[in-house]
Amino acid sequence: MTARFEPIIGRYMHLDLLGRPHRLYVEEAGEGTPLLCLHTAGADGRQYRALMNDPRVTARHRVIAFDMPWHGKSSPPAGWHDEEYQLTSAHYTEMILTVMSALGLDKPILIGCSIGGRIALHLALEHPERFRAIIGLQAGAHVDPYYDLNFLHRPDVHGGEVAAAIVSGLVGPEAPEAERWETLWHYMQGGPGVFKGDLYFYKIDGDIRARVAEIDTSRCPLFLLSGEYDYSCTPEETGAVARSIPGCEVTIMNGLGHFPMSENPDIFLGHLLPVLEKISG
Amino acid sequence: MIETLKARVNDDPALIRRGRFLTTTFLLEVGATSWLIAIYEGRILSVTRGPFVMPSSSFALRAPEAEWEKFWSKRPPPGSNDLMALIKRRVLRAEGDLKIFMAHLRYFKEALAKLRPAGVAA
Repeated sequence: MTARFEPIIGRYMHLDLLGRPHRLYVEEAGEGTPLLCLHTAGADGRQYRALMNDPRVTARHRVIAFDMPWHGKSSPPAGWHDEEYQLTSAHYTEMILTVMSALGLDKPILIGCSIGGRIALHLALEHPERFRAIIGLQAGAHVDPYYDLNFLHRPDVHGGEVAAAIVSGLVGPEAPEAERWETLWHYMQGGPGVFKGDLYFYKIDGDIRARVAEIDTSRCPLFLLSGEYDYSCTPEETGAVARSIPGCEVTIMNGLGHFPMSENPDIFLGHLLPVLEKISG
Repeated sequence: MIETLKARVNDDPALIRRGRFLTTTFLLEVGATSWLIAIYEGRILSVTRGPFVMPSSSFALRAPEAEWEKFWSKRPPPGSNDLMALIKRRVLRAEGDLKIFMAHLRYFKEALAKLRPAGVAA
């Protein structure tokens, strides 16, 4: 039996974020234009494993995914045990820009899904000069809460089980079983209260409805790709954002759900590669 | 059709194992028709059709018949493929002690999806 190694390299990076020392886990593969990947709420950078393993992407892109603090193999900062984790727009923005500077990324392409897609809209509005292009997956301007978020973090309900059960229907019906359950496993592994803390940004603090139309795609091209079966950020909501931003390009991906890069990499790459081609000119 | 839930769930050892700490009775309303579904350690004990005079249940799931029909179709359309999708569209009302529902959410999703014709997973 022979082992096979993927081309992905993972390292731990130490840096100060928001005035506190952090230890973050960063993965990358490939060479070329940096492609910085942002994972969904309550998950981690493993969602981009297929992009990092696809030579069609890595031949021309340096694909980078970091686990946000509290997520995946990144630790929360010292003192976390007496805090309630809550992600805000300001902290999320500063985190991404700080990580970019620490990695020396010059005008990367940004790709973010769900909360990553939402912050992509914030960055397109507030920091377009920092990016070559921005790709928002499952990116809506706002999502109303549709269940009691307190169920995500209480001692008498298993946080990992309930998080995965809540999002399971967001995986599209075409997803291969192995990729569907890999995606849900990441949710089952989340730390206590982390998914809930991310949703503070997604459902409350990160509402960008009032400003999304101010995004100027002449300063940074914006592409939105959304799965047909996502009921958290519906195709209609993505369409509404796209229609309000001149120059924004939108793709609705049939049969896919809320985690396209992780739940169904083959189909997703069929949609993503033409976008990367267009960005590279 | 709802009566077949007992055999369909009890024939799935993995689902029963998942529900081994679940013992409760919940009320399912399909339009005007109500059903009491009793579960003991993951096995469905009984599926009883109403009307009831004083039904006792830990929680209730209520949706119009047309919505359940879409949910129980072979390939449900977007927005009808999952209990949470129905709740998001405000067509499924979950009421009562929802801690039991949420703590065992995967069980309830997979159990109710058993009523789909080709057994499309939850």
